Amino acid sequence: MYDIIIIGGGVSGCAAARELSRYQADILVVDKEEDVCCGTTKANSAIVHAGYDAAHGSLMARLNVEGSKMMPALAKELDFAYDQCGSLVICINEEDRPALQKLYENGVANGVEGLRIIERDELVAMEPHIADEAVAALWAPTGGIVCPFGLTYALAENAAKNGVKFQFDTTVTGLTRLDDGWRVETDRGPLEARCVVNAAGVYADKLHNMVQPDDPMTIVPRRGDYFLLDHTAGDHVSHTIFQLPGKYGKGVLVTPTVHGNLLIGPTAIDIEDKEGTATTAAGLDEVRAKAGLAVKDIPLRQTITSFAGLRAHELRHDFFIGEIAPGFVDCAGIESPGLSGSPAIGVMVADIVSQSLGLEKDPAFDPTRKGILDPKTLPMEERNELIRHNPAYGQIICRCESITEGEIIDAIHRVPGARSLDGVKRRTRAGMGRCQAGFCSPRVMEILARELGVEQSAVTKSGGGSRIIVGTNKDVY
Amino acid sequence: MKNVDLVIIGGGPAGLAAAIAARKAGVQDLVILERDKEPGGILNQCIHNGFGLHTFKEELTGPEYAARFAEQARELGIPCKLNTMVMDLAADKTVTAMNREDGLFQLHPKAVVLAMGCRERPRGALNIPGYRPAGIYTAGTAQRLVNMEGYLPGRRVVILGSGDIGLIMARRMTLEGAKVLCVAELMPYSGGLKRNIVQCLDDFGIPLKLSHTVVDIQGKERVEGVTIARVENGKPVPGTEEHFDCDTLLLSCGLLPENELSRGAGVDLNPVTGGPAVNESLETSIPGVFAAGNVLHVHDLVDFVSEEASAAGAHAAAYILGGEQEADTRTLPVRCENGVRYTVPTTLRPACAGDTVTLRFRVANVYKNKKVAVYAGDTCIFSRKRPVLAPGEMETVLLKGDVLRAHADAAQLTVTLEEA
Amino acid sequence: METIKLICIGCPMGCPLEVERDGDTVTAVRGNTCPRGDAYARKEVTHPTRIVTSTVRVQGGAAPMVSCKTRSDIPKDKIFAVAAALKTVEATAPIAIGDVLLPDAAGTGVDVISTKAVAAKN
Repeated sequence: MYDIIIIGGGVSGCAAARELSRYQADILVVDKEEDVCCGTTKANSAIVHAGYDAAHGSLMARLNVEGSKMMPALAKELDFAYDQCGSLVICINEEDRPALQKLYENGVANGVEGLRIIERDELVAMEPHIADEAVAALWAPTGGIVCPFGLTYALAENAAKNGVKFQFDTTVTGLTRLDDGWRVETDRGPLEARCVVNAAGVYADKLHNMVQPDDPMTIVPRRGDYFLLDHTAGDHVSHTIFQLPGKYGKGVLVTPTVHGNLLIGPTAIDIEDKEGTATTAAGLDEVRAKAGLAVKDIPLRQTITSFAGLRAHELRHDFFIGEIAPGFVDCAGIESPGLSGSPAIGVMVADIVSQSLGLEKDPAFDPTRKGILDPKTLPMEERNELIRHNPAYGQIICRCESITEGEIIDAIHRVPGARSLDGVKRRTRAGMGRCQAGFCSPRVMEILARELGVEQSAVTKSGGGSRIIVGTNKDVY
Repeated sequence: MKNVDLVIIGGGPAGLAAAIAARKAGVQDLVILERDKEPGGILNQCIHNGFGLHTFKEELTGPEYAARFAEQARELGIPCKLNTMVMDLAADKTVTAMNREDGLFQLHPKAVVLAMGCRERPRGALNIPGYRPAGIYTAGTAQRLVNMEGYLPGRRVVILGSGDIGLIMARRMTLEGAKVLCVAELMPYSGGLKRNIVQCLDDFGIPLKLSHTVVDIQGKERVEGVTIARVENGKPVPGTEEHFDCDTLLLSCGLLPENELSRGAGVDLNPVTGGPAVNESLETSIPGVFAAGNVLHVHDLVDFVSEEASAAGAHAAAYILGGEQEADTRTLPVRCENGVRYTVPTTLRPACAGDTVTLRFRVANVYKNKKVAVYAGDTCIFSRKRPVLAPGEMETVLLKGDVLRAHADAAQLTVTLEEA
Repeated sequence: METIKLICIGCPMGCPLEVERDGDTVTAVRGNTCPRGDAYARKEVTHPTRIVTSTVRVQGGAAPMVSCKTRSDIPKDKIFAVAAALKTVEATAPIAIGDVLLPDAAGTGVDVISTKAVAAKN
């Protein structure tokens, strides 16, 4: 029997795992996918919201502001990409100014530091490509951008370093109350734990409703479509640009990413399918049409991919974190700003669980983790020393992002490590560039097969039935 | 930092031909930097025949064509560093490259030939809606898997785009045991060669659906089907959707010259081709940096790549060995109009034209019974009838150096299509 | 007497051809720009042929596959038979361009030869 089973290896589950690994406890993270970071965490705006948006007094507001404040130190401790580039909410109509003022006041009430309303002249000086219609903006210097993959892998690896186990390709099918905990039924057999954390993203309502059918929860997958543009467009803006919700609706954001791309989106389309991550022509058209409202001359021709992600939208629009039955802790409704709030979400879950189980701190806890070495950051001499020591760092595999074989091998042997093309891509960026893995995918398949000791034909894009190869030449004859 | 005379970036057909020409013109200290494990570039995976009719007067497969050039380079003792990635080209022509043995190293050449080739336009750049499952590959990726590694990436295949690689892969996948259901092409004409439509599609009864595109991709883990629809004025027509049960979507939707290094060095690019703007000597906006092959503009035939790259290699040799250049000679812009999409070169110095200058271009649409004409100012200096012109095929015009020099004071050269 | 329209595949120009045929006899070929087109047209309407290119597995080589082709064109209706015959062929490295990988492929009388050199593994 485990002390704790965390259902869901997204950013919330991994943050909870990492915070709980400070305690003496046997912890297991289970996920239905082949890796952490495969659900709502995988595809979102990659933003650390300053915290002016969430309604004052909500749990969402509190954890957003706390998480945002924790992020800079966490990024250093766990070595993931984060940039406090600041954010701007653009007002394009004089008549919308009261809404801008209200947003400012909400932010101040939430405890967001440094907020200021700036006028057009200052705005243009900060962002030369801002729309001609922009009249003013809310400037939030504590807003930032983060790599959602990098953050989640950092949390997961640090948790693993401190003893947390991970079990993938495991879908939870039922929950049974035991005298001293819970039996977690899965498609790979039952598991038992004294405490269960429900961090199941868009599926958190299903688990919640198994435990507390009298007070049901409804999570609607809210789809967001995005465009990702090449590095050549990455400096089109230098802050995260939001549109003030106004007569055009909620608007879309335009932001640089920590890796120098430009990200535009999302839509907000409520759907029924909890796996419905297909973009639609209408969704992409909407992003295209709205993106230009706040930022002009966006070079959409430099789009390298479009994608859609789901937000776990609970109908009451707040985070739900709490022990709803003895030894069963919800961490549900974690939609935006869940990524921003994740450090604080992890702490809150850990506090609840540790109190419930009466856990002791683990004196051997190591809060640090080193990320995958990026040789591009090394001076030439050090880089050459690295290559002499390990020639795989001299072999470029992904041309577009200049990723070496050494980085890919490192990603595969991490715990939890990459087991698929997407796993390698999210950890190293190999395949993330302008050719979208056209060139490097056969080479990455070769490396995965070699390092994992499997046939190349068994390598998948993202686990499950996502095989790249379906046969061999002439096998039908 | 090591000084060398000439660095050739890329050991595909362009790089090999440029190196051979430069060596034959007397450049001793040169090196090819090639990122793959063997020279020949993309030809190594183009195992079909049809290469070399112009160059060798016989029909070769891609690997055979590549081997002839690689062999010649070897006989001439041209060093070729394999598995070597050029990381950066600086404005002062310093080349930073990396491999397993040498680590990160720098060369400072007198001249550079850019021969990096091109890459395929990926799905993301096409904005096809739907899921992002396994089973969506560019035709070139599938070509590598099938031809180099013997793996079948799919059994029931729809191909979007009728570029040559897509057509070739329709036949390859069919011969290796897959069922190719159709080729959909957004444009009302094919982007590939006519012979490939005959011998890769017609021979196997594979339908080519012109003015059609993919409007949806189904399947969450692996492709389970695609929906294609007819296109009018660039938009899918509602009600014309047709579903195909398939496990694979191959994309053959255009090639993009790979100019990240050129851009980094500050080389001026032609927005139409995506390749460097060059003069008659195939020299870019940075003196001593030359470009040839698909990095310059996407070619239809490798024979023309070799021809162009030989010229670039010879010009690079002249630059290295010739000492002082004629700096302030008159430069004419080369304009294009009336359906001529671009020209290579984009500028021309009559004084440097030699015996002939080769002008290459593509047209914007399918045209019948036209005349290709070149004007120096208002004077027609070249005219040739062309019964058919198509965007899939590169056009070539040879201009005589004497004629160009006689019109050196013209304001510009204009390449145009006229009624025949 | 009938007229058949073809596209020449002799070279990338793809000339549009018109072939006049009287029974099994070709009486005229129009539209070709070279003798290759004339020859292609006559063959295509009487006994069409193609070069087949493919790959076969390599034993002990630096690469897992070697590319190959029929040394000359084979009857068009034998394309799949040749492809199928290559299924079980395994070439042993080292291989030179032009090495015969499968003699008399599928009874066509035409050999399948290597189009690429493959060195032995290390």
